[in-house]
Amino acid sequence: MATTSGRQFITFTIGAEEYGFDVMAIREIKGWTTVTELPEMPASMRGVINLRGVIVPVFDLRARFSGLQTEPTPRHVVVVMAVQGRLLGILVDAVVDILSVQPDEIRPVPALDQSQNHYLQGIVITAGRMVTLLELDDLFDSHSLAAAHSVGATAA
Amino acid sequence: MTEESSTNDLSRFKTTYFEECAELLITAEECLLRLQNGSDDPEDCNAVFRCVHSIKGGAGAFAFSDLVRFAHVFETALDALRSGRVGLTPALAEVLVRGNDILGDFVRAAQEGVVLPPDHGERVTQVLNTLTGQGGQDSGAAASTPSAPVAAGEACFLVRFIPTAEMLRTGNDPLMMVRELAGLGALETSADLTRLPARLEDLAAQDAYLSWNFRMTTDQGRQAVLDVFEFVAGDCAEVSVEPDGGAEAEKPEAPAAAPAATPAAPPAPAALHPEPSEHPDHPDHPAEEGHPAEAGLRMRAEDKPGSGGVHTASIRVELDKVDRLVNMVGELVITQAMLGQQTNRFSAESHPELFMGLQELSHHTRELQESVMAIRAQPIKTLFSRAPRIVRDLSSRLGKQVRLVMSGEGTEVDKTVIEQLSDPMVHLIRNSLDHGLESPEQRAARGKPPEGTIHLSAEHRSGRVIIQIEDDGQGIDRRRVLEKAIEKGLVERGQSLSDEQIDQLIFAPGFSTAAVVSDVSGRGVGLDVVRKNIQDVGGRVSVQSQPGVGARFIMSLPLTLAVMDGMLVAVGGERYVLPLTNIVESIRPKPEQTHALVNVGNMLTLRGEYIRLVALHSLFNVEGAVTDPTKGLVVVVETEGGDRVGLLVDELLGQQQVVIKSLESNFRPVRGVSAATILGDGRVALILDVGALKAEGDRDGGGGNAPLAAE
Repeated sequence: MATTSGRQFITFTIGAEEYGFDVMAIREIKGWTTVTELPEMPASMRGVINLRGVIVPVFDLRARFSGLQTEPTPRHVVVVMAVQGRLLGILVDAVVDILSVQPDEIRPVPALDQSQNHYLQGIVITAGRMVTLLELDDLFDSHSLAAAHSVGATAA
Repeated sequence: MTEESSTNDLSRFKTTYFEECAELLITAEECLLRLQNGSDDPEDCNAVFRCVHSIKGGAGAFAFSDLVRFAHVFETALDALRSGRVGLTPALAEVLVRGNDILGDFVRAAQEGVVLPPDHGERVTQVLNTLTGQGGQDSGAAASTPSAPVAAGEACFLVRFIPTAEMLRTGNDPLMMVRELAGLGALETSADLTRLPARLEDLAAQDAYLSWNFRMTTDQGRQAVLDVFEFVAGDCAEVSVEPDGGAEAEKPEAPAAAPAATPAAPPAPAALHPEPSEHPDHPDHPAEEGHPAEAGLRMRAEDKPGSGGVHTASIRVELDKVDRLVNMVGELVITQAMLGQQTNRFSAESHPELFMGLQELSHHTRELQESVMAIRAQPIKTLFSRAPRIVRDLSSRLGKQVRLVMSGEGTEVDKTVIEQLSDPMVHLIRNSLDHGLESPEQRAARGKPPEGTIHLSAEHRSGRVIIQIEDDGQGIDRRRVLEKAIEKGLVERGQSLSDEQIDQLIFAPGFSTAAVVSDVSGRGVGLDVVRKNIQDVGGRVSVQSQPGVGARFIMSLPLTLAVMDGMLVAVGGERYVLPLTNIVESIRPKPEQTHALVNVGNMLTLRGEYIRLVALHSLFNVEGAVTDPTKGLVVVVETEGGDRVGLLVDELLGQQQVVIKSLESNFRPVRGVSAATILGDGRVALILDVGALKAEGDRDGGGGNAPLAAE
C-alpha cells in the first residue's frame, strides 16, 4: 500500500474468486437497488437504474462469466464505472480492497481458451490471495452489446 | 493581459457579427423569394436592403474588404430597386437571389478567414452594376437621385427630422444624426421648438421634444442623406429629404428613423429654415397611427439586431445555458413527482395546506417548464425557408413545372428538432420532385395541369408537430416497389402485403430508390436514412399514396425532446409510461368483445371496429400480470399512421409529466421502448414506443403475442 507509483485496483469478489478493476474507472460504489428490466436482454444485462438522474445499465458479472444470474440482496454491490465515455454498473458480491500493484507484479494470464481471456489483464498474487485483473474496455464495449443482440436473437 | 482580453473581445464581437449575418442572410433570402414570387410590398425590398446594409456595416468595422465591396454593389442595386429607378423583373429577381448567395459566400469566407478568388461573383456584380447604370463600384448611393444635379455633383437638400417622443429611451441621440449629416457636406441647422411644453412641469425629462430642419449641400445623393436615419427608423415620427429649389417633393418610401432628442441635446440653432407644412398637428406617437408603412418599418427595426430599435426585446443566450435550464426543470419535475408520492400517505383533510401547496407547485412547475421550452422554440419557418430554393433549382434541372405551397410556417418547434429535421425534409422534397411529380407532358397526358404542386405544411396536433410533404404526382408504383423489395430480399416472394405495407417498404434499409428512377435523389442516401434521422429525435415518418393522384409523406415529431405527458400503467410488478398523446381511451372489455382470430391474433371489437390486442406482459415477459383482457384494462392507443391497437395492462396508475431520459447515452436503443424516465420513487420506468409495439403486434399476429423478436 505504501507505493505510489504503479496502478491501483479495486478488488471484489464473485463467489470465492477475487477480481480487480482499475480504480481510475470507478465512479461510485453503491448497494444493490431494484433495477428496471429491459425486454429481451441476455442474462448478464440486469436492467437499468437511476443514478442521480442518469439512466445507467447494470451488468451481472457472474452471469457474464458463468451464465448464472446473481441472486441479489441489498448487501450486494454495484460498482459504477466509466468505460469509453459511458457509465455502467457492475453487479458483484462484495468489494474487498484497494490494491497498489507495481507493473512487474502483474503476471500474465495462463494461455487458456483464447476466446475467454482477452478481457483478462493479468494476475496478481498478494498476501496469499490471487486477484484476476480485468480489462474493462474489452469486457463491456462492443462485446457485451453484441452479446445482448445475439442472445436476444437466439432467444427468439 | 489587456491585449489578450481585447482580442477576446474582438473575436466575441466577430462571433456575434457572424451570427447576425446568418440571420440577416436568411431574412434577406425570405424577402427576395417573396419578391420573386411577385410580391410588390416595398417593405420586402427595404428589408433586404437593410439586411445587406447591416452586413456591410459590420464588415466595414472588421475590415472584411471583399465583403464590403460586394455588399456595396449589391446594396446599390437594391437601392435602385427600392427607389423605383429600376423595375423588378423575374430576371432581376433571379440575379438578386444569386447576389444573396454570393454575399453569403463572402460572409463565410470572412468567417473562415479564406480569400475567395477575385472574380468570385463577377458575373452577378456586372449585372448589378449595369442595372444601376454604373461602370464603377463606388459612388454607389450617390449617383442616382433623379433630381440631383448630376453634373455639378452637388445638391442641396432640405431635411426635416422629427423624432418620436420615446427616442431617447432607446439610447439613440439625435446629435449623432446631426454630426453624421454634417459629415456629408455643409449643414445649416435649425431647431424646431414648437413641441416643447409651455410649462416646465409638463416637461418629461426622458421625452424628446425637439425637432430639426436642416439645409445641406452635399455631393452625396439623397439616399446617402436618408441612410443617416436608416437605423433609427422606428424612432422617427418623420424624416423627409427633399431637394431644395422647388424640385418636386419625392416621397421617401423608407422613412429613416432618427435618434432621440434629449432636452439637453444641443439645439444647435443656425439659420432658420421654416418648413411650414405638417408639424403643428403631429401626434406624439405618429408611428403607431396613420402610416402603416411606418409602423411596419418600426417593427422591422426591432427585429433587426443592433439596429437600436425602440424596444429591443431580445437577448442572445448561449444554447448551453438554456439546456442547463431545461435539465434543471426536468429534475424539478421529478422532485415534484417524488413529493407527490410521499404525500400519498397523508389525507387531504388533515393537511389541507400541504395539498394546496403541492397543487400550486405543480402548476408552477408546469408553467416554468412551458416557459423554458418556449425559449427554445422557433418557428418552423427557418426550416421551410430552404424549400423554395430546392424546389426552384431542382425543378429547372429536371424540366418539371412545380408550384410550392407552404402553410403553417409559424408553427413553433424546439430548436434541436428543427436542426434534426433539416436533412430529412430536404430529402423528402427532392424525393417528391424527382420520383413523385411527372413531367409536364406526362401530366398533360393524364389530364392533370402541367404544373405540379408540392404542399409543405406544419401543424401542431396533440402535442406533436406534424410536417407533411404532399405532391400531386404519380404516387408510389406499388408493383415496382414490390418487385424491387423481393429482388433485394426484403420481402419473400409470394408473401401477401397490403397496399399500405408495400408503400412503407420504401423506408426499408437497403431499399434505395436510386436505381429505380432518375439520378437526382440517387446520391446514395435512401429513405431509410430519412427514417433513421427522424426516429433519432423520437419522430416517425410514414407515407400515404394514391397511385396516379399523389403521395403524402408525414413526419411526426415531439415538440420537445425533454418532457412529455405520460400515463403510468402497471403490468405485473413493472410500471410503464405511455405517451398521453397516443392514448385514445381505456376500457375493460366484456368477454363478448374479445376474439382470438386464427392467423391474426387476439382482437377486440369496439363500436364495430376491430382492434388488435397486444398483451404487454407477454411482449415484455413480465410475470404476475393480468392475462385475461376482461380482468385487466385495455388502453387503446393510436399510432401516427392512424392505426389503433389495444394494449393490455393491469391498471392505470395515473397521468403525470415525465422527463425523457435517453437509454442510448449509456446503453443502446431497445426495441419497443422509446426512452426511459425516472419516477417519483427514484425508479426507472420505460416509455413505450407505441408505433413499434403496433409493429410487433402485427409481426406476432400469427400466434398470440410472442416476446419481441430480435432482428
